[in-house]
Amino acid sequence: MAGHSHFSPANVEEHFEFTSEGRKRVILAFVAGVVALVIGIFLLSRGEGHEAAHAVAAHGAEHGGHLSGGAVSHHSAAYDWTNRIWVNLWLNGVFFTGIAIIGMFFVSIQYLAKAGWSSVLKRIPEAFPKFLFVTFPVLLLVFIFKGDVIFHWLHHGITDPASEHYDKIIAGKSGYLNKTFFLIRMVVFFALWLILWRSMRKRSLDEDLNGGTTNFYSMVRIATGFIVVMGISSSMSAWDWVMSIDTHWFSTMFGWYMFSSWHVTGLATITLTVLFLKDKGYMQYVNANHLHDLGKFMFAFSIFWTYVWFAQFLLIYYANFPEETIYFLERWEGHDKVYKATEILNVFFNFFFPFLIMMTRDAKRTPIFLKICCAFIIVGHYLDFYQMIMPGTLGPNGGYGLVEFGMVTIFASAFIYVISGELTKASLVAKNHPFLEEALHHDI
Amino acid sequence: MDTNQKYLVGIYEDEDEVLHAVSEVRGKGVKIEEVYTPFPIHGLDVALGHPRTRIPKAAFLFGLTGLTCALSLISYTMVFDWPMIIGGKDAFALPDWIPVSFEGTVLFTAFGMVFTFLASNGLWPGKEPRLFDLRGTDDKFIMAVNLGSNRLSENEIESVLKESGAIEVNVKQF
Repeated sequence: MAGHSHFSPANVEEHFEFTSEGRKRVILAFVAGVVALVIGIFLLSRGEGHEAAHAVAAHGAEHGGHLSGGAVSHHSAAYDWTNRIWVNLWLNGVFFTGIAIIGMFFVSIQYLAKAGWSSVLKRIPEAFPKFLFVTFPVLLLVFIFKGDVIFHWLHHGITDPASEHYDKIIAGKSGYLNKTFFLIRMVVFFALWLILWRSMRKRSLDEDLNGGTTNFYSMVRIATGFIVVMGISSSMSAWDWVMSIDTHWFSTMFGWYMFSSWHVTGLATITLTVLFLKDKGYMQYVNANHLHDLGKFMFAFSIFWTYVWFAQFLLIYYANFPEETIYFLERWEGHDKVYKATEILNVFFNFFFPFLIMMTRDAKRTPIFLKICCAFIIVGHYLDFYQMIMPGTLGPNGGYGLVEFGMVTIFASAFIYVISGELTKASLVAKNHPFLEEALHHDI
Repeated sequence: MDTNQKYLVGIYEDEDEVLHAVSEVRGKGVKIEEVYTPFPIHGLDVALGHPRTRIPKAAFLFGLTGLTCALSLISYTMVFDWPMIIGGKDAFALPDWIPVSFEGTVLFTAFGMVFTFLASNGLWPGKEPRLFDLRGTDDKFIMAVNLGSNRLSENEIESVLKESGAIEVNVKQF
């Protein structure tokens, strides 16, 4: 509303301070995660390892016929209790890569649309891609050293007609799914993401110092380039990093499905960070109208995720081809129903709860409802990625334990540490953004 | 709407002026019926003290009606009246029904909201437009005060409008 804002671009600049108290808490969470992980690994190496061997034996017998085209039985022979550690690293690596790159995606959309309202909070998503420096080496090293634990198509002899492990279907895909090309794609995607982010960030910080609109227009161009890159790389990384786990199976919806999961998680993380900073007394110029917009984003993209998830499910359910339905059967009733509860929670956390909680206007303007919803979305989409990755890699040996808990705590606290560090490097508001005045008077 | 109502119509030249005038006039105890502007003005609805629209609630109910109708129709035709097995599924194959139920929900909501909006604003084909001042569709901002719903006299209200910046105050009767 005109005349109601007490802020003007001259006095909005504020600097986030990552206090030693805050650092201590994050490090404590990190240490707790490490302790949980170590205890989890210790338990796994003793008790559960033995149990798992039994499960594998039973499982192998059950699926002795080796369903052709199926995703179920391919790993049973090679299972080792340490696999669970590498798969968890991969799961969190992919999940947090998504949150990080969605920061860049969000900023790019805002620039491409020349949106004004988001200029007060764009510094937060702008800091996220910094975490790619952590997830990139994790994904790269896990793939190079333990890739065969995660990817069926990396198994020895699988593309060699002379080998007893020869798999005609996988051999047919080896032109795309081979170690060298996979590594090239991974490095190229991360390189492009990081280069574009760095040049965006550089201009954004330069704008704080020098003002003007030159930086704004070059950021619009970078954003345009990034959207094109993201359009291709998000789909291809979904096929590579997640869909190729179930090598025989494929879905033409998968790129969108994983991207939508990443996107809504990223939006929830942005919202939660804004709310957290507001609670700490920063960003008072972010008012209920900005929160309303973020809430609308989360609401809309939760529905979008559901739409994509359901579109993928419905076509497979309706067509009823065994080589396609196995993906859902495996998650619904396969592996002694280890994944059934997650499959149900997935739809509740990611659709019903956000849909019902965020439906009204007031809910989207009330921090506590937003926080509850963010928590459901972030946990829910972790479960979504769990559900994409675990059944194809761990099969009946999957589950929830200290390893999962420890690993996600480690990644989350590392994310908070890295992002907080990045946030201290610049004013929390882009004080010379050409549309800042519009954002300060945002009213919907 | 009742015929033969007498209105005082204030004409303003600027959107900021009319926005301030609304608070000023209301502050002096005059009830404003409506303000007509050539384009939307941010904060005008709040300044006028209009209650929030109830159309979202109507939309929800229309949606619920649409969902119920779609599900009833599908389940009657596909399960009860003439059970059909498609793709080896049970006759009651809920996932298959979701797209149609969704479309039914959207259809009922969209049409329901449009017609509710038209009805609640008194817009229907052949309706004689109630124009306070034609310039309100061009470059002037029109404030309409219904004399019947105000306790102040015509002269008092006229001077209030003039003080608040109206360039002219006219009388209009419907």
